[in-house]
Amino acid sequence: MNEPGLKDIWVYLSASPLLGLTLTLVAYGLAYRLYLRTSSNPLANPVVTSVAMLIVVLLVTGTSYSEYFEGGQFVHFLLGPATVALAVPLYQQFSRLRQLWLPITISLVCGVVIAAGSSIGLAWLLGGSPEIQMSLAPKSATAPVAMGISEKIGGLPSLTAVLVVVTGITGAVLGTKLFEWIGVKDDTAKGIAMGVAAHGIGTARAFQVSPRMGAFSGLAMALSAFATALAVPWLVDLMLFMAGG
Amino acid sequence: MSFLNGITLLLVYQLVGEVAVRLAGLPIPGPVLGMVLLFLTLLVRGQVPASVDQAASSLLSHLSLLFVPAGVGMMVHFGRIAEEWLPITLALLLSTVITMVATALIMQVTSRWFARPLESGGQSDE
Repeated sequence: MNEPGLKDIWVYLSASPLLGLTLTLVAYGLAYRLYLRTSSNPLANPVVTSVAMLIVVLLVTGTSYSEYFEGGQFVHFLLGPATVALAVPLYQQFSRLRQLWLPITISLVCGVVIAAGSSIGLAWLLGGSPEIQMSLAPKSATAPVAMGISEKIGGLPSLTAVLVVVTGITGAVLGTKLFEWIGVKDDTAKGIAMGVAAHGIGTARAFQVSPRMGAFSGLAMALSAFATALAVPWLVDLMLFMAGG
Repeated sequence: MSFLNGITLLLVYQLVGEVAVRLAGLPIPGPVLGMVLLFLTLLVRGQVPASVDQAASSLLSHLSLLFVPAGVGMMVHFGRIAEEWLPITLALLLSTVITMVATALIMQVTSRWFARPLESGGQSDE
């Protein structure tokens, strides 16, 4: 009769995806409850609180990120079909989209150039290394696009993935307050700005405000993924050329 | 069953997107192309099938959850972030704020220039 000790159970669990997956869902469940408790205060953004909880748990139990990701990947995978699913709210807003295609195109192009240009410029001004500047450049695009661009222009793709998430959180937390301050009330304009600056995490926040804001944020996220992929490598060359003389 | 059909369809579009992106060497991720293709399909069909609607709204209602595993990846980069924390945090914060404010204002101004409000209830006079 050899009873398995707690340690053996832990060894078994930490090698299986069950633990990472369950932890993710439990942490998010708690974070979401907290978010509702604070009457949907953007500062209690469920991504922030659940990421913080999970990092603490992993550090305390000495679990590595790759062990955690064994389970986390099942949740991460759903980003793909969720991106495809954005076509549905977009279709439901089609009449508005057709009416506004020109302002949307102009805002998107400006937004994408401002996002990349300002992050490279600011990082450079503040003394960031070229690697950090390039890792920051595509930070407003959705994670897979941003990682690809980062690699192309000499950044660190895995660092970019993290910066993308932090950017999204920043946008989601600050967005509604900022729009209030500058007096932008239209959900279409708010959605476009949120999607350009803060991709999917901003879009998740936008859906909590209204379906229209969510749909336009999703649209802006998808189109700025295209625009970022096309424009940022070219913009970087231009900025290097101007800086290097 | 209906939910299953919906999620299957979303995955099929994603798969088609992934394959097309690789075959054509496009610089965008497969799911983004999949979304464009599904959007075009919905335009042609003129309606959203109930199964797709159901699957899409259940996925999108907890979109935030899906970013959590990538966010936890921050723990791998603590060292690098600590080294250059000032340029990273300030550039990220300011650039995000600038982008959001500028885009929202540009959108607000240009939509007043180019679009006549058609719907009822658009009470956007200054």
